[in-house]
Amino acid sequence: MNSTTTIMDAKAIDRAITRITHEILEYNKGPEGLALVGIVTRGDILAQQIALRIAQIETMQVPVGTLDISFYRDDVAAHLAPELHTTSLPFDVNGRTIVLVDDVLFTGRTIRAALDAIMDYGRPAEIKLAVLVDRGHRELPIRADFVGKNVPSEPGEHVRLFLEQVDGRSSVEVWKAMPGERIGSAPVPSSTTKAGTTRTSHIEATKSDTTRTSREETT
Amino acid sequence: MGGLSSRHLLEIEALNSRDIDTIITTAQSFKEVNERVIKKLPTLRGRTVVNLFLEPSTRTRTSFELAAKRLSADAINMSGSALATVKGESLVDTAKTLDAMDCDLVVLRHAYAGSPHILARTMRARVINAGDGKHQHPTQTLLDLFTMRQHFGRIEGLNVGIVGDVAHSRVAGSLLPALAIMGASATVIAPPTLLPARPDVLGAHVCTDLDSILPELDVVYMLRVQQERLGRSPFPSLREYAQLFGINSQRLATLKDEAIIMHPGPVNRGVELSSAAVDTAKNLLLYQVSAGVAVRMALMYLLLGGEEDGFAA
Amino acid sequence: MALLLKGARCVDPAHELDHVTDIAIKNGKIKDIGQDLSIDKGEVRDMSGKVLVPGLMDMHVHLREPGQEYKEDIASGLRAAAKGGFCAVLAMPNTNPTCDTGSIVGFILNRARQSCATRIYVAGAISRGLTGLELAEIGDMYAAGAVAYTDDGRGVQDIGLARLAMDYIKQFKSPVLSHCQMEDLTAKGVVNEGVVSTRLGLAGWPAAAEEIQIARDIALGELTGCALHIQHITTARGVELVREAKAKGLPVSCEVTPHHLFLNEDDVDTSYDTNMKMNPPLRTKADNRALQQALVDGTIDVVATDHAPHAAHEKALEFELAPFGCTGLETALGAVLTYMVHEGTLSYGQLVERMAHAPRALLGIKPVGLKVGLSADVTIIDPELGWVVGSDGWESKSTNNAFNGRSFQGRATDVYVDGFASMQDGVVS
Repeated sequence: MNSTTTIMDAKAIDRAITRITHEILEYNKGPEGLALVGIVTRGDILAQQIALRIAQIETMQVPVGTLDISFYRDDVAAHLAPELHTTSLPFDVNGRTIVLVDDVLFTGRTIRAALDAIMDYGRPAEIKLAVLVDRGHRELPIRADFVGKNVPSEPGEHVRLFLEQVDGRSSVEVWKAMPGERIGSAPVPSSTTKAGTTRTSHIEATKSDTTRTSREETT
Repeated sequence: MGGLSSRHLLEIEALNSRDIDTIITTAQSFKEVNERVIKKLPTLRGRTVVNLFLEPSTRTRTSFELAAKRLSADAINMSGSALATVKGESLVDTAKTLDAMDCDLVVLRHAYAGSPHILARTMRARVINAGDGKHQHPTQTLLDLFTMRQHFGRIEGLNVGIVGDVAHSRVAGSLLPALAIMGASATVIAPPTLLPARPDVLGAHVCTDLDSILPELDVVYMLRVQQERLGRSPFPSLREYAQLFGINSQRLATLKDEAIIMHPGPVNRGVELSSAAVDTAKNLLLYQVSAGVAVRMALMYLLLGGEEDGFAA
Repeated sequence: MALLLKGARCVDPAHELDHVTDIAIKNGKIKDIGQDLSIDKGEVRDMSGKVLVPGLMDMHVHLREPGQEYKEDIASGLRAAAKGGFCAVLAMPNTNPTCDTGSIVGFILNRARQSCATRIYVAGAISRGLTGLELAEIGDMYAAGAVAYTDDGRGVQDIGLARLAMDYIKQFKSPVLSHCQMEDLTAKGVVNEGVVSTRLGLAGWPAAAEEIQIARDIALGELTGCALHIQHITTARGVELVREAKAKGLPVSCEVTPHHLFLNEDDVDTSYDTNMKMNPPLRTKADNRALQQALVDGTIDVVATDHAPHAAHEKALEFELAPFGCTGLETALGAVLTYMVHEGTLSYGQLVERMAHAPRALLGIKPVGLKVGLSADVTIIDPELGWVVGSDGWESKSTNNAFNGRSFQGRATDVYVDGFASMQDGVVS
């Protein structure tokens, strides 16, 4: 194996989540009308943590949903999700401001699929994208509105978020892929696991009004 | 794990218990989709599914058609009367013709046992058996298993009684081996004239006294009396059949609290099930129908996806 | 017209012959048998390592002519017979038109004269058009040369007609060949009733449907005194019925096919291979054992093939729609050698009895034998020759063989009929 570099440790991840939370609240001018939707299996944990912080700051519970985008992926013919997770959006998406939460934003394809999935539930007022890490290399005109950290990376590298709840440790790590290995596939821990493997993230370009959108991309 | 160990679904024995679990789990996700306002996914966009129904069956064909369309596949129905087989074209030639049109999946309903094998041998497309003669009806079986799993949380260890015309039933033909695969216990309950020669090779116990066994069953699976399939009637009258092997209010009362009644439809009211037995909350007939769409979506997804993963290939 | 076959192991139990010797043939007859023979002129062939037996006969073949020449015709069928090591065949009457008059018998015999050297004998129909309703013109067929009578392909359902036929036919001293199948019991059956019918969801064909008619026809044979030959027997119980009849001294005989000897319902698997669809159907492993045992002990008199060619497009149909039957002429000898003779359960002498002498004796036709003065009808077998069924094509027009792809050991290489080679070094002439 080749060497692994840790880009963020647990503390840094924690701080980034806190900062993203504040930015979301600042953008939305509070928690009203807000809903978080985490993409399984790490985006949903991040979404829970953001919701927890919002509850602490605003003493208000914002609804949190989880989304499995397996059926919306553009490579079903080639790759099946190793395991499916329940999609649960326990709120009316119509008219809401939805913040889609994912771990690592890469090609943008996961976010494209997630947008389609949410649209099948209704017509939100707007959808924003929060990611813990943006590693670049977008293949679609999609960018994040709230970013924990920009991590310049090589296309042939893995950039991956590990979380205490699933992986037993919290960190963001970078390492070189083995030849022929699919980049972007999230690890599949034996018990929990991953859905939509080609873990690539995406979001449609919304107007980059607020926040530190790290990487400006055109629509 | 995703994918199935077989590239077609020609008979239920092609699946192992892990495959069946995968199908049920995947179908649960699709069941959720089917409860949405917008019941459509882009998953199989651009794929072509041909429903080749050489024997009429509106219910099964509709279920497959809905499943394909909800996955955004292009679904084409070819039915017996419109078909060249009537004009003397063999099934082999029909298969080659469809293959030349590059369809991805053929769903075959045919009056002759083993006919899906002819397609699978001849075509590149995947093949799903939607009922072959008196042999099997594997997708019905999968939706039946799905229904049992949803109700009981398990299939293993369930005590299932299959009542009626087992000899001429493709539904029983695939359900019995499937129950064996999943570790459930199966008993066939019918007059000997409606039993196959060797129920034991399908893993079934045999009982001819419905009343004695009814209180022990978790699932009472009622088969349709298919008068159109029978030659000389194997029982003296429908009245006598209903008396000996039908579920009525008195027999309903002897069921376990958590027991359920299942039926592949359509029901002959007053024959295998009295009206009370059709309309009781224990009867999951309509749940089976809705599960059917989700299970068929799951199958199509699992058979047509994942080629590069080595699944389903 | 002289020929010297040198150094083969010559086997003919009828003349207590089983050793390596030379055989000289002249003018179609066996002229001399002995060590170190020589001839002044003519062909000398080295047959060392081979087994030379009296010419084999298959008393149950469907040559399809007239009427279904796309499946087989008399010429191709007789070539297939030569390829399989047979000097003679008995053609079944279910042609189109049915062989139920003397003129059709004459047509078939005449067509055969223009074909390869294999001898043909003709069985006429019992009932007109094989309908089972009224007697065919049996005397007319007899006069034209028919040697036996059968509705093969169907059993005679009407017991009254069956009795009538046997009563009538005994005047010609010909046997009735009985296809045993009570149609009320077989109905739409396509495979053995039991494990395979249950597993594959196919209509069953119970053993009893065959055994009941065997029992019935034995009783009618006793009643009428007509010689009865049970065709393609398939079950242990059927064999038992024949054994009992023989013990009572009744003129009853029977035949078995290689596929019923060596294949069973387990070979009809989920591939729904229509080459495994036979009438009667393949039975059980236990029946295989009983049939092989009965062939060894002589309860079964004859191995016959029920050679039933069908075109590829017909066998490509759904199992329930495909026609019954498989070809057998080119594989029978290989199967018996591979599964019995080489296994040590059947001797070459027994093979000669069951495949050369018994059929001719039952039909009352000219016997063959390795004896000076008899017709030079001989089959020469290379017992060590390994081959894969179907790998070198077929002489038959059809390829629906149930042993396709199996490895056999032993095959006929040369066949002489009246001293003429119908096959030489594996090549049919």
